Amino acid sequence: MSVSLARPSPQATVRILRFDRVQRAAHWANALLFGVLMFTAIPLYFGSFFGVVFPRHVIEQIHLWCGLTLPLPLIISLLGPWGRAMRHDVRRINYWTKSEIRWLRTLGRSSLDADKFNPGQKLNAIFVTVAILVMLVTGSMLQWFRFFTVDLRQGATFVHDVFALVIFVVVAGHIYMALTHRDSLRSIFKGWVSESWAKTHARGWFNEVTASDEPSRKN
Amino acid sequence: MKNTEPSAARVPVGRRVFLGVAALGALGVAFGAGIQNFLGNAFGSGLGGLLPGGDRFRIYSITGTSPKIKDSDYRLRVSGLVERPKIFTLDDLKAMPSTSFVKTFQCVTGWRVPDVAWEGVLLSDILDAVGVKPEGRALTFESYDRADTESLTIDQARLPDVMVAYSMLGAPVTTEHGGPVRLYVAPMFGYKSLKWLSAIRVVSQEQPGYWEQNGYPVNGWLDGATGPTDPDPSLQ
Repeated sequence: MSVSLARPSPQATVRILRFDRVQRAAHWANALLFGVLMFTAIPLYFGSFFGVVFPRHVIEQIHLWCGLTLPLPLIISLLGPWGRAMRHDVRRINYWTKSEIRWLRTLGRSSLDADKFNPGQKLNAIFVTVAILVMLVTGSMLQWFRFFTVDLRQGATFVHDVFALVIFVVVAGHIYMALTHRDSLRSIFKGWVSESWAKTHARGWFNEVTASDEPSRKN
Repeated sequence: MKNTEPSAARVPVGRRVFLGVAALGALGVAFGAGIQNFLGNAFGSGLGGLLPGGDRFRIYSITGTSPKIKDSDYRLRVSGLVERPKIFTLDDLKAMPSTSFVKTFQCVTGWRVPDVAWEGVLLSDILDAVGVKPEGRALTFESYDRADTESLTIDQARLPDVMVAYSMLGAPVTTEHGGPVRLYVAPMFGYKSLKWLSAIRVVSQEQPGYWEQNGYPVNGWLDGATGPTDPDPSLQ
């Protein structure tokens, strides 16, 4: 079995790898781009608030280039020989068990041997992925509006704005959950969670890791 | 990866949610204009203004700043191929016959604000006041921001919904909307409605303005905007 937990010593925390380096890099690159996009979106949307301080075209260019770059962390981390853990997790996030669907339907009141990610976390990941696509397409339509009818431009503006609002809500929820769950938060900085955390919060994953050959090594 | 359950028991929720949300986005692009117009009609632009993407202005300026001009300092210089060059103060403009109407502001990039109340002096009244010489064929407009310029032909300028506006949305035009005095060209996209209007020159030939030099059509007709297939050769 390739799972190599930390050498058991009296007080040592046994660590399980949750996010490898590629995943952490992808997360933070993605977070940085989202952050800059959201930050620059505010003056672009509300115009006069900050337009006096920063030249608008500079903000526009930053927003445009970050937007065009946005899918890259995900794509680069998935493709290539370094993307094994990412691809594993994509499968986890895609395929749900019946009990996961029930758990989400009952808003967490049904029992669940949680996977590496709970259904709420999976939903967050799915939404962020599709939001990247939708924002990229509608944003490109707004940038290269010349190729679209006025009605389509208006529709693209509408969708870009509505999705932006939802993104602000989802990202705020994501950050709130991260800040109130310190063990999870640590794992996106340092990669590992404790064995006891995994047993409690991701029982299904813990059983799987200890029984299978999934590459989960000590960081 | 070894699943503890047979794969038949697993549902591709991720793919379904992804495709579902992407489809919603596509529907929104296709029908968003209709949805917005419906919501605007059903609830009035008050609620529409609260919805994301609703009836609200996005404030654009070329320089990134809005020139602040006191009402008492405002001057509109009208010169060029005219019989009687004149510098108008804001009071001069307000002393002229005023025109008001309610019209949509439509931006070339897709957003629009319906039912905007405009008040000001028709451009044709100003042209009559200074007297256009026979060789005058077009107008060049300048802005207090020293960056934006615009153009219209004399015929376009004389249309009954083209005005020099000092009131907008029921109040004096604010600085961010181009106050105290801006141009409003109702039948064309918003970029033709130059803000912080400082000068009008009557010239013999139309000279493309700032946005036109950056690729926008010189004739920004609202109903001519169907993209590169538009028969109007001035588009592209």
